[in-house]
Formats: sequence, structure tokens, C-alpha cells
Amino acid sequence: MWRRLVLFVVVAVPFLSLLGYGFTRDAKEIPSPLIARAAPPFTLPRFDDGAIALESQRGKVVFLNFWASWCVPCRAEAPALERAWLGYRDRGVVFVGVNIQDKDEDARAFLREFRITYPNVRDDAGKAAIDYGVWGIPETFIIDRDGRITYKHVGALGRATITAKIEEALRGVVSASEGRGEYGATR
Amino acid sequence: MTSTIGYGSLLLATLLAVAGMIAPILWRRTGRNAFFASALAAIVGQFAFVTVAGLTLVYALVTTDFSIRYVAMNTTRATPIYYRVTGLWGALEGSLLLWEWILVIFAALVAWQYRHRERELLPWVLFVFSGVSVFFLAVTAFASNPFETLAAVPADGRGLNPLLEDTNMLTHPPLLYTGFVGLTVPYAFAMAALITGKLDDGWVVATRKWTLTAWFFLSMGNLVGAWWSYHVLGWGGYWAWDPVENAAFMPWLPATAFLHSIQIQERRGMLKTWNLALIMLAFALTIFGTFLTRSGIISSIHAFSSGPVGLFFLGFLALVVLGSGGLLVWRAGRLRDRIELDSMVSRESAFLFGNVVLVSALFAILFGTVFPLLSEAVAGVKVSVGAPYFNGVTAPLFLALVFLMGVGPLIAWRRASWDNLRRNFLWPAAVALAAGAALAAAGVRDGYPLLALTLCVLVVAGIVFDTARAVRARRGLAGEGAWRALATITRRNQRRYGGFVVHLGFVLIVMGLAVSMSYSIEREATLDRGESLDVGRYRLTFEGLTATQQPTHVRVEGLFRAARDGRDVGVLNPALKYFPAQQSPIGRAVMRISLTEDLYVILSGFSNVEQRQATLKTLVRPMVVWIWLGGGVLTLGTLLTVWPLTRRAGAVVPAAAVAGGRMEATGG
Repeated sequence: MWRRLVLFVVVAVPFLSLLGYGFTRDAKEIPSPLIARAAPPFTLPRFDDGAIALESQRGKVVFLNFWASWCVPCRAEAPALERAWLGYRDRGVVFVGVNIQDKDEDARAFLREFRITYPNVRDDAGKAAIDYGVWGIPETFIIDRDGRITYKHVGALGRATITAKIEEALRGVVSASEGRGEYGATR
Repeated sequence: MTSTIGYGSLLLATLLAVAGMIAPILWRRTGRNAFFASALAAIVGQFAFVTVAGLTLVYALVTTDFSIRYVAMNTTRATPIYYRVTGLWGALEGSLLLWEWILVIFAALVAWQYRHRERELLPWVLFVFSGVSVFFLAVTAFASNPFETLAAVPADGRGLNPLLEDTNMLTHPPLLYTGFVGLTVPYAFAMAALITGKLDDGWVVATRKWTLTAWFFLSMGNLVGAWWSYHVLGWGGYWAWDPVENAAFMPWLPATAFLHSIQIQERRGMLKTWNLALIMLAFALTIFGTFLTRSGIISSIHAFSSGPVGLFFLGFLALVVLGSGGLLVWRAGRLRDRIELDSMVSRESAFLFGNVVLVSALFAILFGTVFPLLSEAVAGVKVSVGAPYFNGVTAPLFLALVFLMGVGPLIAWRRASWDNLRRNFLWPAAVALAAGAALAAAGVRDGYPLLALTLCVLVVAGIVFDTARAVRARRGLAGEGAWRALATITRRNQRRYGGFVVHLGFVLIVMGLAVSMSYSIEREATLDRGESLDVGRYRLTFEGLTATQQPTHVRVEGLFRAARDGRDVGVLNPALKYFPAQQSPIGRAVMRISLTEDLYVILSGFSNVEQRQATLKTLVRPMVVWIWLGGGVLTLGTLLTVWPLTRRAGAVVPAAAVAGGRMEATGG
């Protein structure tokens, strides 16, 4: 009898504990399946001349930021992004802004307003946004030297997070889950 | 005032339920029959008060008494009266009250039916009923009170979720709840048997019809849910393996296993522990299912609003699992089976294999359902498993089940001789193989549907041959006409022939599932006015859009003229409904239904009414109707089994003996 009892408890209790554990989690939260995967390739036209192919950046850490001029949190994070770029441009890190769902003149005005100096591309067809599963903007992906996504951030980024996550990417550290900004992403 | 009456009734019912748990204990301690009477009275009292509470809430809903929060959330002044009534189960609080209501109705029926019989078991049966009732009453009274009032009475209510404004809303939830709650009857008897140590077949025989009835409601609840999903949700499918669908389906598996394995216990005195475990599992799964739906721990399309209710349910689930399991382990010593299995080729082993298959399917589905939680707990990453996993794991199991369904009812008890096998299976197997070859020749080449259909033919052929033989024997014996003889043998052995009809219904469902899942065609296109889209043998031509203002929403309709093989078959008008309170529109798919195939058309978008451009998704799904027809046949079969055609007292036990005797005779 004791053997059976122990056997029963060994099955039942962990199962019930698992259900209890469920209360501590948010079932609605869906993590990005992209983290630790190869970054989807793209080649997109720059606002100034030429184009950027993601693959040509292999060997560098890529900071990929999806934005639009009408997006409030994008405005909030823009100065921090530019400052971080200035700090990292000589350390094997490249920043790429991807403009989506926007008017050309508005986007250019945005770049002028925040004096953005890192390269920005236009994803007019929205293909890259779809490949990266962008739901709302801003969303940021950090890609390591091997072309692997190490971090995804939904919402506006602050300086501390940018620095921490770029440093991790430089060391090839992959984050366990995506991060969220102090602003929710807007749609 | 209304709220006070309702809430007061709930509190009084709670007190009576507690009394209903104490009375049997006192009866046991003192042996005084007054306590037996109290246990009965407590059930009747709960029934009365919960009925008052239920009717009060219905009254409040019908009269749109918006001072009650639940009413304000789930009706509007514009809501038609029948959807006001169904508002009772339109959201968390009311649905739990409905659950409790059905529970006490069952408890009262059981108390009344057995008031002069089962004197030993009945008090403990009522003890379990009152215990379950205490839980649901405590939840409704203290965690999700349907009678909670609003300080400021709103001018109008918010209304039901528009998806619930559907005629299936009248049937699906009550059917499913009746199925869930109905399993409480055999569970309560099983627990009573364990508590009293009266572990013979008494509890099995006493509850057989109840179990079958609960099983039937559970089956129909699931089928109507699938029907609803197919007709209303507008995605072209009927089953998505959503956690809540799984929650409703899982209890069906051990309940089905139980219905079969109790026959072995009745006849051979085997599998006692197993049967007790099965019914506990089935009951625990009904609570687990409710827990999943109400706790929000697993993301689902069906989720109710969550709250402290989830914790209550988890606590109760733990109590049920640990309590029942502990009791079973405690009594295990007394549950030694008398007999061992004689042969691997026998009815016992066919039933046993069937049980193993059903329970395997259950654990596969349970595993898949809690997998997101499990993976997050173990690996820190939430991984959902979807339809491919569930289909992949369950399809072979269900095929095995269909095979066993063909074998089980025909094979001999104890040990099947070659003679028995040849006699019962030669012709059905030959017919099935011939049918399989014919299907393959006709172009059904894919493994699963071909195998499924062949096995279905095996089952049908087996049933037809067996019945025909019995009819012939009867005609020879009594000189009756064929139909008369069929009626006689059916009346004399309702369980067997009712069971056959249920199996035929199940076969229809399997055929519908196998073919519609394997041979559906799906197309999606954006059409300008006058353009057309071909799908299978159909051509759909887009003829324009109309927008109309309905009482509760704006309806945009697309008009598509359909032609089959070039012949015009009329206009289909799928719609999108825009409800003011909803962010996204609700689709209204339309379909052209026939025995061979359904043409299913969904309006998934339109540029705007002036531009006259529409995006549609369309599917041709063969033989879906067979699933629903199967449900009808299942109903007939259940009725045939349960309906008292003969008025003999205790007719069931001799009937079983007759069935076995005959089979043994044929088994040589």
C-alpha cells in the first residue's frame, strides 16, 4: 500500500504543482520565436543612395530598429539610439533603422529632427517587418556577429538596456526572453 | 431585492450542503435513521434553494435588472428574450450557478430514485454530492457572485459577447455541463463504494444508465461545440485542439473507457481498481476542464474572465485527486481481481486494449494541453504544441480504436477459438478488404483515410452480419418476419443493439472526420466585381457588396454566385458584422451543405463598399455532414439503450447474461 501511495503522490503532486505554477505566469504573453535564430536576410534601399544587405554586415553586431515617424515611443527613444550609435560605431557595431508604414517626407523630417547619423532603410512593402514578425513599433532586434538574433525588444529603449544588450551580443550571449519598453508599442 | 433573494438562497443552500455532509457521518456514528432522512432532506433543500437562485437570476436577466452587475454585463435592452435567458451561462458567474443547478438536480434525482434501495451506499453518495455542491456554492457565493449589485445602475447593459448570440448557445453549454455534471453520479457511487468498503459490482450496476446518459451528453456537447465552431467561428474547421476543446473532450475518453470496462467487471469480476480509477479520472478531468477555462493559466480562445475562482478550482481539484486517489490506494487491498485474463484473443482483451488506447489518447492530449506550462516550468520557454501534434498522436490511436470497435462486440469472451474467429470475422473482413480495394481503385490512396474507411466498413459489416444472423435465428425460432424479429431481439437485448447503433454513429463521425480532414480544398483571393474564383468543382463569381444597419450591429454582405460543374446553384452571402463594442468584426460564414461536400465561403475583407472589391476565403470540405449525422445516430443508439422498452424489474442484469450466454454459445 505504501508503495502505491508514494507512486500516486509522485504523479499527482507535481502535476498539481505545475497547475499552481501556472498562476505565476502570464498565459497571454507570447515570446518571440526569433531569439537565438538566424536573422531573416533583407536588402533594402537607404534614404540616401544605395542599399543595405543584412548579410553584408556579417562579422558585426547589428542593432536593427523598426520605426515610423508617427510613432510616439519611437520619438522617445530616438535620442538614446543616436547617442548609443556614436558610442559604439567604432566597436564593430552597426545600427540600422528600418522605416515602415510611413510617408517619405515625414520619415526624412524625423531623421533630420533627431539628427540621426546611422544608416536608415525603407521597407515600403513591409516584407522585412513581416519576416521579423513586427507587430507594433518600435521593435528592436540585436543580431550577433554570426547573424543570430540575440535579443528582441518591444517598445521604446533606454540607454541602460541598449548598452547592456549590445555588450551581451558582442560576447555572443543570447537573452532568454524578449524585453519590453516603458512605453507599450503602438500600432 | 432580487439580488437579496438570489444571494440569500445561495447562502442557505450552502448551509444545507454542509449539513448534507455532516448528516451521513452522524448516521454512520449513531446509526439513527433520522440522520439518513436529514441527508436526503439536505439534498432536497439544496435543490429547492439553488432552483430559487437560478430562477431569480433568469428573472433578473429577462427583466434586464441592471442593478445586478452580471445582468448589466451580459444583456442589453435590445437583447432578444432567449439570449437574455442564455445569458445565464454567458459568463463566468452565471455558468457556475448553472453548473451547481444541474448538480443539485442530478443529486435530487439520484436521491429520489434510490431512496428505498442502496441504503448502505446512498448516504455516502449524497455526502459526495453535497461535498461537490459545497464547493460550487462556495465559489458562487464567495468568489464569483452572480448577484453582486452595482452602486450606480447603468442605463443599458453591455451585452453578450456577439459570438454567443447564436442558436447553438441554447444547446452547447447546457449539454456539455449536463455531461460533466452527470459524471458526478458514477463518481459519487464509486466513492461511496470505497468509503463503505462495499466493493462488489453494486455501484457499477446501479449507475450504468446514469453513466451512459452522462456520456451521451458529453458526446453531444462536444459535437455541438464542433458544429458551432464550424458554423459560427468562420474558419472552416470544426476542431482546433484549443485547450478548452481538449478540456471538454478529455473526460469523454475515460468515460468511454469506463462504459466498456465495467462490462468486464460485471461479467468477469475483473478490473475493479481500474474502473474506480477511470471514473475518478473522468470526474477529476471535468473539474480540471473547468479550472482550465476559468483560471486563465493556459491561453485559449474560450477563456472566461479570470479571478480568484482559479485558485478555488485548483484547491478543489487537488482535494478530488488526492482524496479519491488516497481512498483508492487505501482500499486497494480489498480490490484484488478474482480472475486473470484467459487469453489475449478474447472480448476481455479487446475491451482492455480499447481502454489502453483511450487512456493513451487522454494522456497524449493532456500532455499537449499543459505543454506550454510544462516547457515554461522546465526550460523557461513557453512552447505551444498545435494541431499537427494532436492529429499526429491521436489519429493512429483512433484508428486502433475503430479496429477494436469492429472486433470487440463480436469476439468471444474468455478465449476466442479459430472457429469463433472464422465465423464472426471472415465475411466482415472480406467485405472490408474488398471495400478497401474498391476505394483504392477509386482514387483514395492516402494511408489514413483509406485505412480509416476500410476499418469503418469492417465495423459496419461486423454489425450487419451479427445482427442478420441473430434475426435469422429468431425467425427460425419464432417464425417472425424479419423486421419483427429485429424488433424482438433489440427489445430483448437493448444494450447490445443500442450499443451497435451507437457504434454506427461513431463510424459515421470517423468517416466524416477522416475524409474531410484529408480531402479539403482551400482557396483565398481578392476579387473585383464580376471576377470569379475556382475551387474544386465550384466557381464563385463576386457580384457586389451591401451594407445594412442591424439592431445591434452593421452588417456588410458579399454576394457570390456559385456554380457547380458549370450549373448555377444560387447566391451565397457571407457577411462581416461590426459590433460597436468589439474591435474587430465578427465573420458570418455561409455554406452550401450536401451529403458529399460542403462549400464554405468566408468574407475575410473588403476594400470599401464603393470600391467593390472583396477578399474571400473558400473551402470545399467533403463529408462534413456525416459527422453531424453520426451525432444523430449516436442519439438514437443511446435512446435505444437507455429507454425502458421492457418493463421487467431489474431487466438489465439478465439481459447482460443473455448477451454473454449467446456469445459463448457461438464461441463454442
